[in-house]
Amino acid sequence: MTEVADVSFALPRGRRPADPLPGFRIALVATLFWTGLIVVLPLAALIMRPWQEGIGAMTAALQDSRMFAALRISFVSAFIAALIDVPLGVILAWALVRARLPGRRIIDALIDLPFAIPTAVTGITLATLYGPQGWLGAPLAHLGISIAYTATGIVVALMFVGLPFIVRSVEPVLRDLPPEFEEAAGLLGARPRQVVTRVVLPALLPATVTGFGLAFARGIGEYGSVIFIAGNQPFHSEIAPLLIVVRLQEFDYPGATSIAFILLVASSLCLMGIAWLRRRVARGMVAGAAP
Amino acid sequence: MSVRIETLVRRAPGAAEKVLLRGVSLDVPDGGFVALVGPSGAGKTTLLRSIAGLDAPESGHVIIDGRAVEGLAPRERNVGFVFQNYALFRHMTVAKNISFGLDVLPRRKRPSKNDIAARVTELLTLIQLPDLSQAYPERLSGGQRQRVALARALATGPRLLLLDEPFGALDPVVRRTVRAWIRSLHDQLGLTTILVTHDQEEALDVADRVVVMQDGQIVQDADPQTLEQEPATPFVMEFLGESLRFEGQVSAGRFVPNQMNVEAFSVAGLVDGPATAMIRPHEACLENTGADTTVHRIGARYGMARLSVDLGTRMVEILRPETEAATLPAAGVSLVIKEARLFRDGKLAWAGGLAEDRPAHDMAAQI
Repeated sequence: MTEVADVSFALPRGRRPADPLPGFRIALVATLFWTGLIVVLPLAALIMRPWQEGIGAMTAALQDSRMFAALRISFVSAFIAALIDVPLGVILAWALVRARLPGRRIIDALIDLPFAIPTAVTGITLATLYGPQGWLGAPLAHLGISIAYTATGIVVALMFVGLPFIVRSVEPVLRDLPPEFEEAAGLLGARPRQVVTRVVLPALLPATVTGFGLAFARGIGEYGSVIFIAGNQPFHSEIAPLLIVVRLQEFDYPGATSIAFILLVASSLCLMGIAWLRRRVARGMVAGAAP
Repeated sequence: MSVRIETLVRRAPGAAEKVLLRGVSLDVPDGGFVALVGPSGAGKTTLLRSIAGLDAPESGHVIIDGRAVEGLAPRERNVGFVFQNYALFRHMTVAKNISFGLDVLPRRKRPSKNDIAARVTELLTLIQLPDLSQAYPERLSGGQRQRVALARALATGPRLLLLDEPFGALDPVVRRTVRAWIRSLHDQLGLTTILVTHDQEEALDVADRVVVMQDGQIVQDADPQTLEQEPATPFVMEFLGESLRFEGQVSAGRFVPNQMNVEAFSVAGLVDGPATAMIRPHEACLENTGADTTVHRIGARYGMARLSVDLGTRMVEILRPETEAATLPAAGVSLVIKEARLFRDGKLAWAGGLAEDRPAHDMAAQI
């Protein structure tokens, strides 16, 4: 969006080359209006709110070790979940595109389901499944592994909601990968494993990083599916979004918005880092990417 | 590296009734430059892919240097292959693309880093792009990508080079340069080259031998000169260039066209019966006979004027030297065939020139 705006201001008035998109100005105004109304305005309110009662709330928030523990749990869990989702998602995308699996269409539809199910339902389902008496929880408990009501449970829930992002990012790129790439590599003497590691995976890397970024971002903000399985013990399995709700229930609005503000800043930095990483790995593959 | 192909059969996957190759046999000697030509769907790319091992034929043999290669994976065949879309690895620099074949060698066979770098430099010089080693394929022009793809295919030193429509995506001027350059590279490195193209002119210009394919079969396999003079079927004649076709009858050693205002000519030794005469546009001239025809000039090329002749029931286009065209009348001419090939039952029955026994164009020049 900002790019569009930059272009229109950079060119002298009336000298803009003809654009095939009809009504460029209307489109621009509508885009700016809606993004302003839907994205920028709430964010602005969020950024303003913590300071309204002076900087006391913010300094209090910055000294709250419970908040930092919650932020750490949120970011680390989201990171681990997204990281585990990467190989799973790439393999799933591979199976959908390349392997002639029976019931491929059904699997294809199932992958999007985490998008559609209310997150609370996901959370309750996972909590039941991994609970001490659950289908998976009971056998795991015998092995001495407990997932529900621990930090591991958070990762499991975030993996569930994050997986479709990886699959859906990688799948179209894999589908469009010309078979000649692999054939050329084979003809040049690459063994099948080398074809995958040197040609296919690097070609999928930018899409994988995008998918990772999306899953990670979603994981930081995820609330519904996590709180039922996490146990929510402060310092151990309490995520930042939950702490915000806790503060709200305590009528501590400046405290809640302070956490939200810090969460926002940290998330923005993470996403910027991922965008930078994506540009780096996409070097040479996209016209105009950083050299 | 010689290549022998014996009765190769290949059906389309999933559609057994559609046969892509119908028992194709071909012999390419060591050092040969062979072009496979034909319309799309003729099976030429399938044949090329079978040689490389990218396509598995149902039956038949591919023998490279006296060794049957059916069981061998593409990587074990050591052939250089250039794809139509070049298939350069987009995430690698030009240098990395070129050295790929060396980089993937097992450690004990792999040359040292310095040797690989030296080989890349050598190949970059060979393809005349010494400064582009660190560029990404995205930034290269079509002709440059083409040459990088070729260098990549040559890096491991294969003796056999397979090119699938290598000039398809290039503009005509670059095409001609790259074509000549590939031919000189072939001679310089002593390669055996098989080239697939749908452009017959390209094939005739560059190859020692041209193999014309149609419907999964080889229709004719000959040197360019033979193809020009004695095409095996009307299809070959039509495919190799602009042609004119006249149906007619042979009687008493003369071919009499059904088309009015086209002169009969002698075809000594051919039995009577129906036949099809085919000529190239420059193989006919015009003679003033007072016939009810008109002539228009519509273009020029290589010092030849292109003339559109209205024969009454049909328009034909022929090529005549500019000097002759300048003196031609605008109407009242007949078409005189000076050189022709006669086909009967879809096969070449007679080929010959008629200029000696009929000094036709001299007469036209006098008028």
